[in-house]
Amino acid sequence: MTERLEGLLREAFPGDEVAVEDRTGGGDHFQVTVTSPRFDGLSLVEQHRLVYDALATPLTDGTIHELRIKTEGSS
Amino acid sequence: MTEMQDQIKGIIENEDVALFMKGTPQFVMCGNSHRALEALRRAGAPVTAVDILPDPRIRAELSALSGWPTIPQVFVGGELVGGADIVEELEASGELERTLREKLGDEYRGAGEERVVAVA
Repeated sequence: MTERLEGLLREAFPGDEVAVEDRTGGGDHFQVTVTSPRFDGLSLVEQHRLVYDALATPLTDGTIHELRIKTEGSS
Repeated sequence: MTEMQDQIKGIIENEDVALFMKGTPQFVMCGNSHRALEALRRAGAPVTAVDILPDPRIRAELSALSGWPTIPQVFVGGELVGGADIVEELEASGELERTLREKLGDEYRGAGEERVVAVA
């Protein structure tokens, strides 16, 4: 499952640094970290929205029960 | 707009700080709701909490309004501040207090008690 989420994030943030951690080992609680210049100048809400958009399918089909997000810009 | 959506919109617009959470401040049912609540408490925010668990439609209508897919959701002065991760991050950097002061005035800490309102 971690690989699936990483794949979706890499598609949405090509060439950027993405990391997905299965927090509990159960395949449904995740910590994702994305570092991208696309976040520069955006509010945290806007940054997290981009991550939610990338993970819209696993968020709505029940795959993800809990998601923690950490975003960083390039600067 | 449905009656429930109307009610949710009213809470977002009229409450100084609205926290949509799983459970209530007295009986929190989710780790992330707990994280958001504690960050708001540290910042001294006058929290109005809404439990989304009694009816699955509450969460669906809320997310349709806010465009935010997860719970908790925190609104200050009618504006979405974010979920648990963002609220924790903003509290740690001092920005949450700045936002509260900006939106609610310097005396926001005395502005109100923590309370719970129901959506039905």
